[in-house]
Amino acid sequence: MNSAHDLGGMHGFGPINPEPEDKEPVFHIDWEKRVFGLALAAGFLGKWNIDMSRFARERQHPIDYLRHTYYENWLAGLEKLLVEAELVSPEELKVGKAAGPADESVQRRVLKADKVAEVIAKGSPVAMTNRTPPLYKSGDNVRAVNRHPMGHTREPRYVRGRVGVIHKYHGAHVFPDRSAEGSKEGRHLYSVRFTAEALWGESASGRNAVYVDLWEDYLEPA
Amino acid sequence: MRYEDDPWKRLGRPLLVSVRMIHDGDENGYDASAFNRAFRKEIAVSEHHQSHNHDHTEPPSDLVLRVQALESLLVEKGLVDPAAIDVLIDIYETKVGPRNGANVVARAWVDSEFRQWLLRDATAAIASLGYTGRQGEHMTVVENTPTVHNLVVCTLCSCYPWPVLGLPPVWYKSAPYRARAVADPRGVLEEFGTDLADDVEIRVWDSTSEMRYLVLPERPGGTEGWSEADLTELVTRNAMIGVEKAKKPLNIGRNR
Repeated sequence: MNSAHDLGGMHGFGPINPEPEDKEPVFHIDWEKRVFGLALAAGFLGKWNIDMSRFARERQHPIDYLRHTYYENWLAGLEKLLVEAELVSPEELKVGKAAGPADESVQRRVLKADKVAEVIAKGSPVAMTNRTPPLYKSGDNVRAVNRHPMGHTREPRYVRGRVGVIHKYHGAHVFPDRSAEGSKEGRHLYSVRFTAEALWGESASGRNAVYVDLWEDYLEPA
Repeated sequence: MRYEDDPWKRLGRPLLVSVRMIHDGDENGYDASAFNRAFRKEIAVSEHHQSHNHDHTEPPSDLVLRVQALESLLVEKGLVDPAAIDVLIDIYETKVGPRNGANVVARAWVDSEFRQWLLRDATAAIASLGYTGRQGEHMTVVENTPTVHNLVVCTLCSCYPWPVLGLPPVWYKSAPYRARAVADPRGVLEEFGTDLADDVEIRVWDSTSEMRYLVLPERPGGTEGWSEADLTELVTRNAMIGVEKAKKPLNIGRNR
């Protein structure tokens, strides 16, 4: 959906104002740590995937998304996912008190401390097989399709309708638009090179380029 | 960012002045890069007169209570193990961080076979050093040269190669960086104090899939014969995101 998370090319946010690298802590305050840990741990219950997590944060009102700090957006997304997965009721969330324990089938999946290091080191690869041969090869001209789905997508607004060149084929990866709806499908994924001029007009340096990873569904021949 | 930090509100008047100046001086009308430079300068002036704010501090106390309430609710329902949360936090606070990436870079600097493997199949080459897992399942390494400079961003959220860099800094996740890195990379690099020659091609990598990107910075001059361990001291997190170059020997107090 065209919401506030899709920030590439927006004006008006001011300076980046980075903290010096050697001064910046991993977390700035205790509650951020707990939100981070809660969101990861709850994810292992298997009720949602990474695209559903992203979409939960993106579905906030644009003003809320931009007003919130980073981990506030995580918190808002986590609360939404917990309610939508019916792991927690809106009432329980409001009062902070459990009306009853979670189903045993869910409780069996709870991430235990002694398993954390192992599951983190394992990760969740998204490469899949797709028997259909890829449509494009390196060097092909492609146009990012001009589409504006109401659901989750990873085709940023700033490339839509723009022409680029296939830089590299990455293989078939889980397709995020369907993944956010709970369906796991492998689709061909490419790195596509767009010149800065193609994206931002004549005032942009023709020497510079932006490389965007785009699934075949986001592309058409050009 | 909080509402009271909204630069448009703070800077209404000086900003309008500078925008008009750009239009007056440019017959072709709107010039994004000039606009960004002027805007940045206005903000810098304004920031100078204000207390230094970051967009992650001073939460309302009800936020702290909300997080505590959510954790106790999930524990009570049997949905999370608080000890597991402690371990998750500890991993990213003390174990997984940019030292891992620095080891990858230093190895590539001293071992050309490893470097070629890294550029060909980064996932496998990095895994051979023991760095695997969450948010690093699929890796690509892009190499800086005298004529090409690489910069990594995630305009849509905060995708970042955790096994080699740890969790991203606040600025990487911030709206200004995500908005500008793709449209005005040179301006972004200037803000980090990184000046590139005009003929250097900047390649920006927007992390829109589960592929994660790591920049292999150029090895600084004057480091011939250095050990791999010594070289890691020159490799900063920011250099591996691409907003800076690797440190020079002088920066860490060494001449040779």
